[in-house]
Parts: sequence; structure tokens; C-alpha cells
Amino acid sequence: MLIDNPLFENRDAVLTAFWATVRLTAASAVLSLILGTVLVALRVSPVPVLRWIGTVYVNIARNTPLTLVLLFCSLGISNTLRLNFDVEDPSFNGYWLAVLGLTGYTSAFVCETLRAGINTVPLGQAEAARAIGLGFTQSMRLIVLPQAFRAVVAPLGSVLIALTKNTTVAAVAGYAEAAFIMKEMLYESTGGAIEIFLGFAAGFVVLTLPIGFLTGRLAKRLEIKR
Amino acid sequence: MKTAPAPRRRARPTGTAGILFDAPGPKAKVRHNVLTLVGAVLLLLAGWFVWRRMSEAGQWDGDLWSPFIDPEVWTGLILPGLWGTLTAAATGAVLALAFGVVFGLGRLSERAWIRLPSAWVVELFRAIPVLIMIFSAQYLSFAVAGEVLPAFWAVVIGLTLYNGSVLAEVFRAGVRAVPRGQAEAAYSVGLRRGDVLRLVLLPQAVTAMLPAIVSQMVVLLKDTALGYIISYEDLLNAGFRIVPSNFGNLIPAAVVIALIYIAINLALGWAATRLEARGRRSRRSSAAPVTAPPAPGT
Repeated sequence: MLIDNPLFENRDAVLTAFWATVRLTAASAVLSLILGTVLVALRVSPVPVLRWIGTVYVNIARNTPLTLVLLFCSLGISNTLRLNFDVEDPSFNGYWLAVLGLTGYTSAFVCETLRAGINTVPLGQAEAARAIGLGFTQSMRLIVLPQAFRAVVAPLGSVLIALTKNTTVAAVAGYAEAAFIMKEMLYESTGGAIEIFLGFAAGFVVLTLPIGFLTGRLAKRLEIKR
Repeated sequence: MKTAPAPRRRARPTGTAGILFDAPGPKAKVRHNVLTLVGAVLLLLAGWFVWRRMSEAGQWDGDLWSPFIDPEVWTGLILPGLWGTLTAAATGAVLALAFGVVFGLGRLSERAWIRLPSAWVVELFRAIPVLIMIFSAQYLSFAVAGEVLPAFWAVVIGLTLYNGSVLAEVFRAGVRAVPRGQAEAAYSVGLRRGDVLRLVLLPQAVTAMLPAIVSQMVVLLKDTALGYIISYEDLLNAGFRIVPSNFGNLIPAAVVIALIYIAINLALGWAATRLEARGRRSRRSSAAPVTAPPAPGT
């Protein structure tokens, strides 16, 4: 029973699909963290124009469905505007277009999470820092940011989990990650829908549970008692 | 005689900004002006790049945009799509709330045989991508009943299971946010557990978690767009598949429907902020406001 189910027969395809999911997640996570940090710098900056750019970007990205974002990347940017990463290699191109969409979307949430982290630092801390004569850079580096980063470990973990799950939407751009392969398997095989569902569900539980567990533990360890 | 106006407090930038910097001195003002210029130039460059790419691809042609001033395109294609999105979202919202109440209370139960299965269900459905659930709903029904589930119900089931699980957590947090003394006082005057929940804890919890629930509705509404993948006739399908196939205007159509999604979600987000502000002012609930879990949704 275990041997002749479609999941086992296609184990290579399933593993390749989950590897694609992991690669999408990793690249988008790193890039979103970078772009999200830039965005939060814009959003908290004292310059109104920069703040405005950050706010508009975040509100657009946050309120557009990811499906639309990824479709726009593959059909709009790639097919219509002909902006491509590599025309010769469709898989490589699809991968980076999906990373582009996922990054553009996720970075808005990273930005909001980091901003919430800065908001958790009590105003008195910054005032005290200034009172003992620290300048802007010093008070940021020594007082505000260390506390802000500690406060956002767990929420950033949630964003990373959501990103892992959101990579499935890349299926809409035809990129062969887990959800895409799952649909193919469901469509082609005559039976075993339950095994296929349980297998892919287990795959995502395996990917996301450690993230939640590790970031949760880290957050507890770094917690600031107020 | 008019009294002199009270000296205005030095303007402190609002929100996050307050903690990060003081009112600027002369040097900082120069720096801000330079940054303003740099920001404006970068923005113009980006705008110019987009403009040029679009005109190279002929995307500014009037033919591509004029369908959107034709009322029939709206009444015949876009509004039915919007209706599909809204009905799926509304059905999903009602079912997700019910799911959330059942499993949220289940997790708060004193009996382990209710509490543990509820916890597993909630944790499982939060860990699985909504798209996987939508595919599975379609094909599992085929495996069980021999019929593929209609796209509408596949979308609604996916939305219900995921958002219901998140709402169950919101619900639990809401009940827990009510100070312990409230329940203790209720027990001490002789109320039973069910009455304590119904009369004392829930009314206060609902007030505290209303903003979080409304924010979750933004996630739910955005997730209806996943229906596109299984050809559910929603706003995304109307705007990204049907309109462009008639007029060949993929990018203009994408821009228009993106604006519709953004407008609806901003309205919901605004409602959540209003509710949160009201919750903070009101003395009706002793529970601290429950903030929405940072779940980006899809």
C-alpha cells in the first residue's frame, strides 16, 4: 500500500518540487529582509518625501493579492514588457521572476514588522539616551535598535513561515514548486488523492514547524522584561 | 484685550518618528533637503523607466485603456467578477468566524480530550498553504464522492480552514486578555463556566479582538484571488483573464483591478484602525486590545 501510492512512485518529482520551494523561500527571504530594511528606513526617516515613498509602496504591496503580483511578474513583466532575467533558460527565468514577486510582496510585511519593533521601544529610552549625551547614531546603535531587533524575532519568524507557504502561489506562474507538482499529480493519477494531500501537507509542516519553534525559542531568550 | 496665544510646543514628528529624532537643527535641515532631492530624483527616474518600458511595449495606446470607460465592460465583466470575490469572501468570513469560535473555545476547554484535538486542528491548518488546501478540497471530494467540488466551495473551504484557525487563535487571545479577576469574581458569585464565558468573558473579548478580526478579513479577501488558479470566476479572473482576452490589454487591466483590490482592503484596514482607536477609548472592556497576528496571507 505504501509502495504503490502515487506519492512514492513520484518521490523524485516530489523531492525536487520541495527543493524548489526551499530555494524560492531562501532567496526571497534574504532579499525581502534587505528590501524591508530599506523600506523601514524610508518609513521612519525625517524626510517627508522618503516617508511618502515608503508608505505608498507598503500600502500597495500589502493590499494587492499575491496571486496578482506573481501573475503580473510572469505575464506582465516577462511576456508583455519583455523584461527577463534570462530568455534562454525558462526555468531560471521563472525562478527569478517568482523571487521578484515574492520579494516585492513580502518586503512590505518585513517593513511593517520592523517598524512595529521600533515602536515597542519606550520613548523614555530614547529620551534617556539623549539626556546622557548620546547622539542620534549612538542612541540608535546602542539603545533603540538592539531592543527593536529583539522584539521582532518571533513576528519575523511568522513572516518567514507565511513566505514559505506563499511560495506555492508561484504555481500560477508555471514554476514547478510543490503546489504545481501536487496539482499535476492529482490531475494525472487515478487514485490516492488522500495520500497526496497528506504527503504535501506533511512536507509543509516539516518546513514550517522548525521555523516557528526556533524563532519562538530565540524570542523567549532575547525577550526584554519591562 | 486678546491674550497672547500659548506658546506652541515644539512640533514633534508623530508616530515612530518621535523616538528616533528631534526637531532638526540647521545642519539637519540641509541634510533633509538633500535627501528630499535625492528621493525625488530617484522617484522620477523610476517613473521615467516604467513610462519608457510601457511606451516601448505600446502599453499607453488608447485602445488598451478605453475599455475601462465603457460601462458594459464594467457591468458585463468586472462587476460580476467583483461579486464573485465578495460572495466567496463573505461566505468564507462567516464560516471562518464559526470555525474560529468553535476551535478557539475548544482550545480553552478544561477537558483535555477537547483541548488537544482542537489544538492539533488549529496548528495543522495554520501550517498548510491555502492553495494546497484548495487543491485538496477539490480532489478529495472527487475521491470521496466521485465529483469534483465546484470552484466556489473549494475556495471557501480553503479560506475557512486557514482563516478560521487564525481566528481561533485571535479568539483565544481575546478571552485570555480579559483580566483574571473578572472570571474569578464571576465564579465567586456562583456562575458556572458556561455562564462566565457567555456573560462576562466573551462580551469583553469581542470588543478587544474586533480590530484583529477585521484585519484578518483583509487577508481573507486577498486570498480569494487564489480562486483564479482553479478558474473560480472572481475579480482577478475577470480582470486578468477575461478582459485581456477580449481587448489584449493585460497590463492596464491588471492596474485597474489592483486598484479595486487596494481600495477595498484599505477601507477594511481603515475600519480596523478606527475600531482599535475606539476600543482604546472605551471603558466597556477591561481587556487590552488584541493585535492582529502578523500573518501576511497570500
